[in-house]
Amino acid sequence: MVSETATAELEARAERAESRRGVLVGAPPFAYLILFFALPLVIVVVYSFASRSSTGATILGEWNLDSWLRVFSPQVAEIAWRSFWLATTTTFFCLVFGYPFAYWIATRSPRARALLLVLVMIPFWSNFLVRTYAIRFLMGVEGPVSVISQALGGEPVRVLFTNTAVLVGMIYGYIPFMILPLYAALERMDWGLVEAARDLYAGGWTAFRKITFPLSMPGVVAGSVLVFIPSLGAYVIPAILGGSNTVLLGDYIVSQFLAARNWPFGSALSTAVMIVMLAATIFYFRRGGRTL
Amino acid sequence: MSESTAAGRWSDRMLGANGWLVYLFLYVPIFVLIVFSFNDNQRVAVWTEFSFRWYGEMLQNDAVLRALRNTLIVAAVATAASTVLGTMAALAMERYRFRGQRGADGLLYLPIIIPDVTMAVMMLLFFAQAINIASHVVRLNFGLGTISLAHIAFNIAYVAVVVRARLAQMEPQLEEAAADLYASRWQTFRRVTLPLIMPGVAGGALLALTLSLDDVVVTSFVSGPGSTTLPVYVFGLVRRGVTPLINAVSVVMLVASIVLVGVSLGLQRRSGKGSILIE
Amino acid sequence: MRYTRRWSALVMVLALAVAACNPADSGVDDTEPAPVDTTPGETTPGETTPGETTPGETTPTTACAVDQVDGDLNFANWSEYIDPELIAAFEGEYGVDVVESFYESNEAMLAQLQAGVVYDMIVPSDYMVGIMIQEGLLMELQKEAIPNLSNLADRFQSPPYDPELAYSAAYQYGTTGLGVNLDVVGAEPESSWALVFDPALASAYSGQISLLADPRETMGAALMYLGYSINDTDIAHLEEATALLQEARQHIATFDSDQYDEALVSGEMAISHGYSGNMIVGIGGADNPDQFAYLVPQEGATLWTDNMVVPTVSEHPCTAHTFINYLLDAENGAILTNWNYYGSPNAAAEEFIEPEVVEFYAGTLDSDQLQVIEDTGDYEINFNDYFAEARS
Repeated sequence: MVSETATAELEARAERAESRRGVLVGAPPFAYLILFFALPLVIVVVYSFASRSSTGATILGEWNLDSWLRVFSPQVAEIAWRSFWLATTTTFFCLVFGYPFAYWIATRSPRARALLLVLVMIPFWSNFLVRTYAIRFLMGVEGPVSVISQALGGEPVRVLFTNTAVLVGMIYGYIPFMILPLYAALERMDWGLVEAARDLYAGGWTAFRKITFPLSMPGVVAGSVLVFIPSLGAYVIPAILGGSNTVLLGDYIVSQFLAARNWPFGSALSTAVMIVMLAATIFYFRRGGRTL
Repeated sequence: MSESTAAGRWSDRMLGANGWLVYLFLYVPIFVLIVFSFNDNQRVAVWTEFSFRWYGEMLQNDAVLRALRNTLIVAAVATAASTVLGTMAALAMERYRFRGQRGADGLLYLPIIIPDVTMAVMMLLFFAQAINIASHVVRLNFGLGTISLAHIAFNIAYVAVVVRARLAQMEPQLEEAAADLYASRWQTFRRVTLPLIMPGVAGGALLALTLSLDDVVVTSFVSGPGSTTLPVYVFGLVRRGVTPLINAVSVVMLVASIVLVGVSLGLQRRSGKGSILIE
Repeated sequence: MRYTRRWSALVMVLALAVAACNPADSGVDDTEPAPVDTTPGETTPGETTPGETTPGETTPTTACAVDQVDGDLNFANWSEYIDPELIAAFEGEYGVDVVESFYESNEAMLAQLQAGVVYDMIVPSDYMVGIMIQEGLLMELQKEAIPNLSNLADRFQSPPYDPELAYSAAYQYGTTGLGVNLDVVGAEPESSWALVFDPALASAYSGQISLLADPRETMGAALMYLGYSINDTDIAHLEEATALLQEARQHIATFDSDQYDEALVSGEMAISHGYSGNMIVGIGGADNPDQFAYLVPQEGATLWTDNMVVPTVSEHPCTAHTFINYLLDAENGAILTNWNYYGSPNAAAEEFIEPEVVEFYAGTLDSDQLQVIEDTGDYEINFNDYFAEARS
């Protein structure tokens, strides 16, 4: 009996020591984030209750809920829904094309893997705008798609300014965000488990479905989050490739801070978006599950 | 690991085909971009003839060169710092338990969630305050420092997500085994954990580098005299009219990044650690 | 592993808000440079920006003489807007360094200025000058130090946003109009917004029309077509304009503020709404420039000006004054225009400017169909909101 309580006490002490070490390891990054992120964020939240002067400056004295009430207007809801839909389809297709790609890289020889991965990132070290203009050229009346269709006897095709164009552009822009976490998760997987499954007469697809995919879940979840969230706020690619014909959430928020100089409303919108996304993200991560 | 049993021959070939198609998809616009940087025409998309004209113009353009230099400095600093800090954050979240961990979790997702312009505005206001308060003691200013600090802030979160995915997928048995063998915490970390998570860390670093190189909105708000970066400069150029100059600029930045990464990967190999992208 | 709950994350943020409330909030309150505006024209400049002397002071404490310099110049400008040789020549002649920074939107520059970032000279657009004057962010110019001000054309001696030319000096100007492909719209098209807004005409070029993505410019075009001023502040008129734009959307391919000149010359678009500065270069660089024309619609078009101003936070105002004077010199003004092909507000420079540019802008300054965009105060956000509505 004495040894039991002693053990329990030792365990409790070990746990506290663990906890302290955890705090030590976590201290530098979290201190940094609290100082250079959370604190500035507080300023924005405060601004969401402020008012706008006639010249577009922010007045801190007159607190009100006007901006927040406007966040729940139908116009905002429509814009938010459109962005949500774009983000969902983008994430879906990034997963569909990105997963086999990450899987393929992860199953190459060690030396090839490094090279293949870097090759994925290289296009994204070019300037984003120039890159998007190049995509725009490819989709235009003088681009290859059009040239090919004309060669086949059809009319000049302009893919530009269609929803497809925007989707393709978005997939292009965000697929590395899907590939990298997937690669990180798949690369270290215990392929022995897959071998075992095959030894037990599981077909390739069954082995994938029941072993590989579930084990790579943390990567799938991470990749989905890293694609969905930024693409929810994306507006440059849709503007350049889609013709700015509709208003998306990101564009709407930017216009509040710049063109409209309505910082209180911009702050309220941003805060609302962040709260919703944070809740959804954490929920999603819980569902995605961790092996620990 | 045995690749051959991981997927049948047929499916392996399909995967390979998919892989090459994705590369094609990713590189065709880059190819277009590069080709038009050699276009001897004021306008980008109408090909006249091959020439190095825009590269020549770029090399004589002090503003562009300074912007390029600024971008590379900030990218290097921000990537290095955020990779270290992000990895630490990931470890703290995945390998330890402590109070306030739930809040920390939220804090780690916020930089990914926040819209660019919101972060830009809040960093501007924050730095203005901070500089004001500090002005009693030391004279600070907006510039490469504020840009780097802002970049690190959002990069930490991205690195952490990638490394966490890696850590979550790993089993702690190896680390426990090391502990059983009387390895100290630090030894366990350095010789077991770190090599195992290296692909995740490297992946996170690549992501941070990419984000830093392309950031426009946050950077434009928190920059100061003489600290304009290349993406901000290019964005401004668009208003004046697009010429192949920005293509040439983009190609140079591309090459500079490749060299940067190539050198650091090469250094890794030299020090005998093998490639850091695989363990 | 315990998992986070969303409300814990929220609680933490809220706790931080409460904790940070006192120092941060009162700090933000005190040093927030945005004053509560009473009447327009009353300048209460931002307080406590580093280096600032007393509130209410918008003139430098030391008088500047002609050609006087007091240190290096912190110059923030738009990308590729000034000939580097001009800068180098200035540096050589006066023995100072020019530290250049670049920005890509007026509003980002405004935000920086309000936050206290220090520049000696910037180049905001007309409406932004008006806003900055109201916010008290600009230093009154000492005209004795800028004798070349008299070189400015009459139209720029008393612009609507700065009637006494007390704070600004025009840098370059341009108009906003319609670039058209004559092969598609015919050799003698009507110089009118009807090409875009009249369905009878627009349907012939359906899917080949591009408008600017700028709320003031595009809603302004609709307003001017309907016979109203571009600075009209009647909501009913704005609603009319919105309806007109929605109606016209079926023929409009895109709202584009970047690539419209490229799109026009490559044949992608037949009618492109855009700025004259880009049009002159775009059309001039085409294989067959005669195929294109730039129209300034008769119902009304925008005249826009970028201006040189000195922020109150400037630490080297004398150098800034000297630089402004330098750029207003006749020959230097010509060098400027001959490099960036925008309109020159410098009447004295005209004899040195390339003939194509002179010809392109001939008669512009005398035209009375040109309107200047002004900030409309509280009403301003409506342009943005209705533009968003028109596009949804």
